[in-house]
Amino acid sequence: MLQVTNLTKVYEGGVKALDDVTFTVPDGQFLAVIGLSGSGKSTLLRCINRLVEPTEGRIVWNGYDITAATPDEMRRIRRRFGMVFQHFNLVNRSSVLTNVLAGRLGYVNPAWSLVNRFPREDVEKAIHQMARVGIADKASQRADELSGGQQQRVGIARALMQDPEMILADEPVASLDPVLAHSIMKHLEEINNEDGVTVLCSLHFLDIVHRYADRVIALNEGKLVFEGLPAEIDDKKFKDIYGREAERVG
Amino acid sequence: MKTDHKPFWKSLRNGLLTVVVIVVFAYGFQITRVNLTELRSEQRQESLARVLRTLARPDLFAYEKEEVVATAPVFVTCPGESALEALPPPDTSGPYMVITPPCAEPDESVQVEGFGFFRNGEGPLRFVPGSDPANPVTLGNAVAAADAQGHFQATLVLPDRPSEEVQYIRATIRRNVGTLPKLTETAYSTWDKIIETVFLALLATVMGTLLAIPLGFLAARNLMVSVRSPLASIALSLLGWPLGMALGFVAARWISGLGEPLTANLPANLAAVVIAPLGAWQAMRWALPQEELNPPPLGIRLARVLAILLAALAVLFALFQLAALAMNLGARLEEILNALGFLGSFLFQLGEILRLATPVLAALAAGGALSSQLSRVGQRISEQASAGWVKMFNVIVAAAAGASTMGLIGLGIDLLYEIGQPSFTLWIPMAVGAIAGLVLALLVAPKDTLPSGMAIYSITRTILNLTRSVEALVMAIVFVIAVGIGPFAGVLALGLHTIVSLGKLYSEQVESIMPGPLEAVEATGANRLQTIIYAVVPQIVPPFISYTMYRWDINVRMSTIIGFVGGGGIGFLLQQNINLLNYRAAAAQMLAIAVVVAAMDYISSYMRQKVV
Repeated sequence: MLQVTNLTKVYEGGVKALDDVTFTVPDGQFLAVIGLSGSGKSTLLRCINRLVEPTEGRIVWNGYDITAATPDEMRRIRRRFGMVFQHFNLVNRSSVLTNVLAGRLGYVNPAWSLVNRFPREDVEKAIHQMARVGIADKASQRADELSGGQQQRVGIARALMQDPEMILADEPVASLDPVLAHSIMKHLEEINNEDGVTVLCSLHFLDIVHRYADRVIALNEGKLVFEGLPAEIDDKKFKDIYGREAERVG
Repeated sequence: MKTDHKPFWKSLRNGLLTVVVIVVFAYGFQITRVNLTELRSEQRQESLARVLRTLARPDLFAYEKEEVVATAPVFVTCPGESALEALPPPDTSGPYMVITPPCAEPDESVQVEGFGFFRNGEGPLRFVPGSDPANPVTLGNAVAAADAQGHFQATLVLPDRPSEEVQYIRATIRRNVGTLPKLTETAYSTWDKIIETVFLALLATVMGTLLAIPLGFLAARNLMVSVRSPLASIALSLLGWPLGMALGFVAARWISGLGEPLTANLPANLAAVVIAPLGAWQAMRWALPQEELNPPPLGIRLARVLAILLAALAVLFALFQLAALAMNLGARLEEILNALGFLGSFLFQLGEILRLATPVLAALAAGGALSSQLSRVGQRISEQASAGWVKMFNVIVAAAAGASTMGLIGLGIDLLYEIGQPSFTLWIPMAVGAIAGLVLALLVAPKDTLPSGMAIYSITRTILNLTRSVEALVMAIVFVIAVGIGPFAGVLALGLHTIVSLGKLYSEQVESIMPGPLEAVEATGANRLQTIIYAVVPQIVPPFISYTMYRWDINVRMSTIIGFVGGGGIGFLLQQNINLLNYRAAAAQMLAIAVVVAAMDYISSYMRQKVV
């Protein structure tokens, strides 16, 4: 279970990205985070694995206080949180296999990984995960030779290498066309259903939210403005989340 | 903007700006002494044309020449009839000259006619004074050019050298031997030196690049800004560096002494070089398991540290034996290979470098290892102990670290300036350092982290910028004193300059990488070093290669002039020839430089295209 309590993040320069956000995610849930661009979705996800240092508040995950973890403990926690990004964030010049194996860096002995030596089980695991997301034949290609959809699959395979208990997906389908978006979302859904991995996923399109999410939280200017089931978002709630001028699309 | 509404002020401002610009340029003209009258003077133009003509004929090829010399008597100021009649008739059996009239006043002209010289031969006509026959006088551009019958005719203006005695006009007529011109002596020496130059640049670039890469990371803001450590960890790592370096150095000396009896024995060297690394490898395999979910018990961890230490000692031993092996083998090869002896001597030198570098490497490695282990201990203590204890610990270690660091700096200063008063160079700095550490420890909240990364960043940047502002030529002067005149001094000077300028360029490349992959790799739980290897290195390989190529280019150009201060390479020859006004030879060397630089340019752009 992930408990976020009174989380506030103020960036240098005084921008308040998160303002007193409190919510709880039970294990195995598919939680969608919605809101306008700049409403604090990315900051929220990055606070959970402390890529962004929270200013105030507590994040507790299965009894571990993430906000109080030392750097060593934090690395050990991070390796259980897979992360998927809007722009995939692959290392373009490295091979797909190396990109996927990078998901294992938190587990392997640093000394060996520096000379690019991974245990054989990890390599086998990597090939298995690539097959699972349908890019097994791309292992030796450079990451930037792949199409956008394929690159996002590499990103998912990398997250799966971490044996994650939770996946933080930061607008994983925002740079993809609708067909690809659904195929990527299906992979996330499958991981959520079959492996029981908790998924926190920030999304733009409400139809995707309706189709995949178990529960929704919405942010507006850093504040939590909605928490509930996807079906509960009616026109009034919609205007609360996206502002008076917003029109529904899709 | 206010000025938009006040055109008067705007035009006044523009007018003033124009005046200022004019004044600046006028002053610039005065300072740089722009003077076109000088350029127009006839004498300047003549010399300029002469030098340009010489420069346009680089001294690369020349025919072998043979020459004949003929002289004919002449009187400057006519003597009596008797003296003229006493002149013997020309000897017509060989080449000879007839001068009409046989006597004239200074600055008057005479006709010189020559017969029986080389066909189409050419050469200067000179005036040989009767009083000083060893120093003939050049007569302007007087040249005798023989026609197909070996006959020439020229008009000379006699010099102002009046004399009672008979004086002479001498013709030195030369012709080419053989059908093809041969390479001149200058061409050979230019070739020798240009090769030296290219290799000088190569070595300097390689050495510089290897050392610039780590500096490039340390001076990259985006990597260093997030590095923060508690005071205890910083202080312990500051203590760890000198301590570890001393230990590493002592260990290296000890191992070197241990292997001493074996050094002359070639098979023993070979065996040691093979066996020791194998043992070390096995120990490392055992001590560093590839994947471990939970930390093992203390006993096993201690055993592992011990194994790693032993492995490190074995590697040291192997390195020394490798050096001995290379030196032995090199010395033998040098005797056997004769003409290819330089290969043997190369091997010998490599062995020597390895032997000298191993203690340094050992010291650096031990310093780094001890410092990072101690810093981890410091981190643990600050995380786990209570605030009061941490504060006390901070006070102790920060004072000790301050004292040791300042003491070492003091020793360094003493080494440079030979002050020789320990109270000033050792005790007072130590006291100051201790007090500074103490104050810092008291001011900082016990569990707070300090921006240690930014401190390293600023120090590295400062050193890079300061050293970079010293020109390689100036560095060469120092190195010439350290290792003697020659290309090695040039290698060291250019190498050092390469380290600092590439370090800066590299760091800027690291700063401009895409942050996305960095974030992604960090999110997998990778530590800092892993993040750098997996997310930063792949991104910076192309710009690093391209900058290194560019630097090689610069180094080739620099190495052509590093010889001006004794740093070896072609510059020495070039400077010598310019000083001797031997412009044709200088032109040959400039041509060689141009060819090499252009070739380098082509090769590097080709390679950049291939690799990047």
